[in-house]
Amino acid sequence: MADEPIKITVDGKVIEAKQGEMVIAAAERGGTYIPRFCWHPRMRPVGMCRMCLVEIKGPRGFALMPACFVPVADGQEVVTDSPKVKKAQDGVLEFLLINHPLDCPVCDRGGECPLQDQTFAFGPGESRFVEEKRHWAKPIPINPLIALDRERCIQCSRCTRFADEVAGDAMIDFIGRADSTEVNIFAGRPFTSNFSGNVVQICPVGALTATPYRFKARPWDLEVVESTCTACAVGCRMALQSSANRLIRHLGVDSDPVNHGWLCDKGRFSYEQTDNASRLRNPLVRKNGQLVEASWNEAMVAAAEGLHRAGNSVAVLGGARLANEDAYAWAKLAKGVLRTDNVDCQMGDGLPGELVLGLPRATIDEACAASAVVLLAPDLKEDLPVFYLRLREAAVDGKLKLIEMTPHGTGLGKHAELRLRYRPGEAAAVARALAAERVPEEGAGGVTAADIGAAAEVLGAAESVVVVVGRASLSESGESIADAAGVLAAAMPDARFLSALRRGNVHGALDMGMAPGILPGRVSLDDGRDWFTAAWGQVPAARGLDAGGILAAAADGKVQALVLVGADPVSDFPDRALAVKALETADFTVVVDLFGEGPSISDADVVLPAAGYGERPGTTTNMEGRVTRLGQKVTAPGTSRPDWMIAADLAHRLGADLGFQTIDDIAGEIERLAPAHAGLTPQLLARAGYRDGIVVPLGDTKPTEGERATEAIEVTANKAHTGNVVLENDPDADAPLEPGGPSGRERDGGAVGRSPGGAPDMTRPPLIRHRPPAPARQAPPVDAYSLRLVAVRTLYDAGALVSHSPSLAALAEGPCLRANPADLGRMGVKTGDRVRVSSSRKSLVLDVAADPRVLRGSAVLAFNAPGAGAADLIDATLPVTDLRVETVK
Amino acid sequence: MITDARAIVSARIGKSRSWTLRSYLDNGGYDGLRKALSMEPAEIAEEVLTANLLGRGGAGFEAGKKWGMLRQADPKYLVINGDESEPCTFKDHMLMEEDPHQIIEGVLICAYAIGATQAFIYVRGEFALGLERMSAALNEAYSFGAVGRNIFGSGFSIDLVIHPGAGAYICGEETALIESLEGKRGYPRDKPPWFPAVMGLYKAPTIVNNVETMSNLPWIVLNGGQAFADLGIGRSAGTRLFSLSGHVNRPANYEVEMAKTTFHDLIYDPKLGGGIRNDRQLKAFVPGGVSAPWFGPDQVEMALDQDPVGKAGSMLGSGSVVVMDDTTCMVRAAWRITRFFHRESCGQCTPCREGGGWLDKIMRRIEEGQGREADLELLLDVCDNIAPGLGWPPQKTTICVLGPSIPSSIVSGIKMFRDEFLVHIKDGRCPFGG
Amino acid sequence: MARLTAENLQRARQLIALYPQSRSALLPILHLAQEQDGWLTPDAVAHVAEVLDLEPAEVYGTASFYDMFFTHPVGHHLVSVCTNLACMINGGEELLEHAQHRLGVAPGGTTADSQFTLEEVECIAFCGAAPCLTVNWRFFGNVSNDDFDRLVEDLAAGRLADDVPPHGTLNRVRRQVGLMAGAAVSPGDDDDAKPPQATAK
Ligand SMILES: Cc1cc2nc3c(=O)[nH]c(=O)nc-3n(C[C@H](O)[C@H](O)[C@H](O)COP(=O)(O)O)c2cc1C
Ligand code: SF4
Ligand code: FES
Repeated sequence: MADEPIKITVDGKVIEAKQGEMVIAAAERGGTYIPRFCWHPRMRPVGMCRMCLVEIKGPRGFALMPACFVPVADGQEVVTDSPKVKKAQDGVLEFLLINHPLDCPVCDRGGECPLQDQTFAFGPGESRFVEEKRHWAKPIPINPLIALDRERCIQCSRCTRFADEVAGDAMIDFIGRADSTEVNIFAGRPFTSNFSGNVVQICPVGALTATPYRFKARPWDLEVVESTCTACAVGCRMALQSSANRLIRHLGVDSDPVNHGWLCDKGRFSYEQTDNASRLRNPLVRKNGQLVEASWNEAMVAAAEGLHRAGNSVAVLGGARLANEDAYAWAKLAKGVLRTDNVDCQMGDGLPGELVLGLPRATIDEACAASAVVLLAPDLKEDLPVFYLRLREAAVDGKLKLIEMTPHGTGLGKHAELRLRYRPGEAAAVARALAAERVPEEGAGGVTAADIGAAAEVLGAAESVVVVVGRASLSESGESIADAAGVLAAAMPDARFLSALRRGNVHGALDMGMAPGILPGRVSLDDGRDWFTAAWGQVPAARGLDAGGILAAAADGKVQALVLVGADPVSDFPDRALAVKALETADFTVVVDLFGEGPSISDADVVLPAAGYGERPGTTTNMEGRVTRLGQKVTAPGTSRPDWMIAADLAHRLGADLGFQTIDDIAGEIERLAPAHAGLTPQLLARAGYRDGIVVPLGDTKPTEGERATEAIEVTANKAHTGNVVLENDPDADAPLEPGGPSGRERDGGAVGRSPGGAPDMTRPPLIRHRPPAPARQAPPVDAYSLRLVAVRTLYDAGALVSHSPSLAALAEGPCLRANPADLGRMGVKTGDRVRVSSSRKSLVLDVAADPRVLRGSAVLAFNAPGAGAADLIDATLPVTDLRVETVK
Repeated sequence: MITDARAIVSARIGKSRSWTLRSYLDNGGYDGLRKALSMEPAEIAEEVLTANLLGRGGAGFEAGKKWGMLRQADPKYLVINGDESEPCTFKDHMLMEEDPHQIIEGVLICAYAIGATQAFIYVRGEFALGLERMSAALNEAYSFGAVGRNIFGSGFSIDLVIHPGAGAYICGEETALIESLEGKRGYPRDKPPWFPAVMGLYKAPTIVNNVETMSNLPWIVLNGGQAFADLGIGRSAGTRLFSLSGHVNRPANYEVEMAKTTFHDLIYDPKLGGGIRNDRQLKAFVPGGVSAPWFGPDQVEMALDQDPVGKAGSMLGSGSVVVMDDTTCMVRAAWRITRFFHRESCGQCTPCREGGGWLDKIMRRIEEGQGREADLELLLDVCDNIAPGLGWPPQKTTICVLGPSIPSSIVSGIKMFRDEFLVHIKDGRCPFGG
Repeated sequence: MARLTAENLQRARQLIALYPQSRSALLPILHLAQEQDGWLTPDAVAHVAEVLDLEPAEVYGTASFYDMFFTHPVGHHLVSVCTNLACMINGGEELLEHAQHRLGVAPGGTTADSQFTLEEVECIAFCGAAPCLTVNWRFFGNVSNDDFDRLVEDLAAGRLADDVPPHGTLNRVRRQVGLMAGAAVSPGDDDDAKPPQATAK
């Protein structure tokens, strides 16, 4: 049985092994490293390279067997150090080297190359191979990011297996046979995968190299720190590598609950934005119409005056780009000092904070282990790529049943049990039909009764259900999704939810109260009023506006001062026209950002340069509510400062004191005050056992045991640090989180905590509980002459991260309207035509393409493509956006 | 001696249009299937066990035993190996062209005996005529009611598919054949756990048997397993087809009684090989496909008997005997065989993929007069890194046996004809003018 | 050139119907594509990938494993001379030599008039008639140099058209029934070729 302990003997030493694992893995945990090339801890074994040959005792005595392909069995005897094994392994190594160019001095992998290491460790001396080596043209690009050197390739098939088995993008494969086997693409079809960079990391030689990294540095002068990727909300663990104070490489780190070592290409190459030429080095202040460099003092005075003038008619947008500590500082400044609740870390492209924080949360592992998952969400392959990999694996292995409930097909569609394609805007109707006693004959929202019935059956039979909830289309109002989610929650009390909000630390910012009606630690403004008044002195009187409300108010002059903290409403808010008008109208705007250009800066009065990713410590929170530590590896350009310092300084200029000198002070205050974060001390997070982070509220997270699955490139785990806390080889590294430990940590708070403001003890406010929202407005029927817009995100868009990372920016495609051939035929339009597309907001001239996968009556357009996008067409005040399409002569 | 045992699998060969249903029925065709369908599946398996029918594909494993190891789970598949690619083996080729119905009948009997869900006959791609004859025969068999739904009204139904290969020796290896049948590159699977009987086609339990093996079944069912076991001696029961080629007067396929007939009979008997051409001297011969280590004149009296041949360090393998007379350059012969394995390696295992190419290059240098004294020891050591110990049956550092088969000709050559190798090296040229 | 024709696309679907899993039909369908164009054109590879819901790289990678599939154009007559052991010691290499001179191309080469492509092959299991060769996979044994010259003339003159169909044509006999035992699938009847004569002489 699964938990029966298995004992095997390796070189006479008895070691414990896990059911189903391979000898190579058990031996390694037991301290015996068996050399390997094709074996990868996160892929199915193939036993091809034969490097891991050891002697294993079978019915007919000891025989050479691949340790990567033989499962452990109780009482198994393994010998890894006999002369026979040594000869076999040396032989394999010699075979691998005879045709290998041995150009290590000019190879990117030199110094961190398993083949090179093996050669030093086991290999023979001079070569007995006097023949001509194999030759290939080299290097050849297999996509814009990756170059392939077939002479260095050792045919381990790691890359081809990753492409097929893990990513599902089998665009590279073996070609040819015997010793003329090569890895390659099919001519003219590049390896267009959102995950292509992983093959570079897992290649055990220098055959696959990253074009942006080629010849940039040598491994031995790289410094490394472990961190978490904030390119999206999955929060993959990764290693930041720097050389001469420049970030030059990201490597995936194997975090068992999250990314299994994988990264998407956006996260992997996002370091390019860090030393982008347009990074701000000093503050800017508007002087007679021009933004000019100024001293921090001058800029701060200007900012403080502007905000002071605006009184409490101030709004703060942003927070999702910040670390948790920064977000807390800004929340405290906004709500405790400026006393405004017009604060929002989402740009109208998300979901109500109460919904995200209030619904029962699921972890990624729970979603993958569920018997059914409802995807009421955007295309995860584009929005939350590595979460897509995790779910895909679970669905392909067959245990997990996916129900795709989206107006347009997503990357997981082909693995879905059912695809409920609803008319854009009518998600709630489908949800109600799903929840209904009996499914209405006519179906709902354009989905047939049969499909809804089948889905209801799957969900009814499921032991555990997880709903992934997010915005499948940004032209479909968030309220209808919130409504749908609420209906599902009511219908399936045991279902758990996983938020598919996308922006880096949006969940952390929500936790820290960067949203209307919410205070730090997942409490509502009303429930937390007394507690935080005691702590901060004051909190806003009433619930404020969300991003949409703020921009609308600003647009008609009701909000005087706008603070954009790492926010770019012009490219992120679904209704670009409104965003632009708001920024123009607001009479005072402070922008805290990394870059000196960008659509939202043009109307700024004061611009403050902030330290960005890799330039400051702190913690971040992913879609699960998992808090992990960010690593700092380089110094911020010029005089840029961490966002929390800017908030503290600004507060000071406004005559208040946020009360912290260091980031650890903030971490301490969060632990003390934020109910959901009680017990989450920097010391705890710094423990080796919690290197994969801790899901708040505390209680459920199990410490990670043992070492990380080793990989071609080893990252010295846990060198990351928040502030000053650095804990290595900590004695109780993985001590479990005993329930109700320091300062109380039941799931809904409510325990007695230390008094926030030194006042007598008082009760922690309860955590937000989801309450079903009012039913969403009905989407009007779509008329015969229009197509209903589906606005989807793509991994590579015109957003700040991509546009400031040259290698990625090159991958962003211009806008193209996709619609069903039947509809286009009706309009006499065909693929390649240019059409005029008009909404109530604007009309654009776009390329058009026929796509049978697009639902009839709708049209798909990228939300924020370079040049133009759906954001130009959407009217955020309406539940849906309909388009008129006509040919342009 | 050559016995008076009557031919079993080649009985109809030579009859006019022997490949047609008409001719087949005129010669007792499908009687075996009719009888089989009247028996219990288990009885048939029992008869085959009694018959001691050894697989004719190369490994020589008892067919009955193999069927007994089939994991009992549905679906079950039957896959017939007609990929015959072992150099100098051409018996299955003949059977498929000349007596396709006999194969189909055997397959149906086997399918019934093991309760297969569907059966596939994988025919070597280059056998265009064989494919056409097999396909025509299958069409006839369907219309005759011998295949498909409710066969001969017995209630037993099964479909049969003729599947063409596309030119890759390795696809003869049963697990590579399965991968190929799944539409993939022909990569052999590592065993364990991929024993076809446990995890075969589409991961389902699968029996893989050779075309000649199947061809014996109609006779066994009609005449009983014992009658088959009475032929031959012990484990080497029945008659078997041997592909005789090379320097003999009458190269051809000969079906002879196993264990009682010797290599000498096969090569010299006037009714069989008819002796060596131009009465030259026998220098060496391949006893069972070029994967097998060579034998010399002093082993020629050995019987065509699986186990003794195995003890003598080689095998009957695919049943092909290639005779080489004293005009043959053994270096060139060994090099040609090495080149074959080098080209045909599937390429997964490092030792086979890289070792094959390396050995090919060294052998070529020697044959072309560029050899070095040290090359012989190098050859042997490289071989040892593919097949540790250089014995037969080989130990392996690879997944399948192709790799460890590469050394067979090289090691035989160096063991038996070291001087010939040295002359090549010393004179810097091939003494046979090659 | 050249995606699968409508007729071949239909045949491809019939082939797929014969197997429990569609990818199993890949090799048969590739033979079909080669029968259509004489080689696997990039368009055909991409089309086959579409039909089987695979990536073109997978189809191409698989095809490239097998010697019979050509990813570049070849002549109308593919002449494959065996030089493996039995043929080698019976003059197979000399026959290949002669073929090179007669056709004026090295193994792998195609004559200027694209009538003939010459290749050296491994054992084609016709060793009883060594030295032997195939033309478009139809067998010819005990081939002397004169036999070879005559053969080339006959082929060029189209005298062997019945026995030696155009290169790429592997199996002229079509399956006439779909699966019956399980769900009945009828390939829909198409011309059933005559049972061909032996080409081995
Ligand atoms: C490299 C290699 C090539 C093989 N080629 C063939 C072949 O061409 N035909 C065949 O029937 N068996 C071949 N075999 C043996 C098969 O793996 C398998 O043992 C056989 O088909 C089982 O059928 P049987 O038990 O009836 O002999 C080959 C084995 C190896 C290792
Ligand atoms: S031994 Fe050779 S042919 Fe066999 S699996 Fe390994 S590489 Fe392929
Ligand atoms: S060696 Fe030429 S056909 Fe067998």
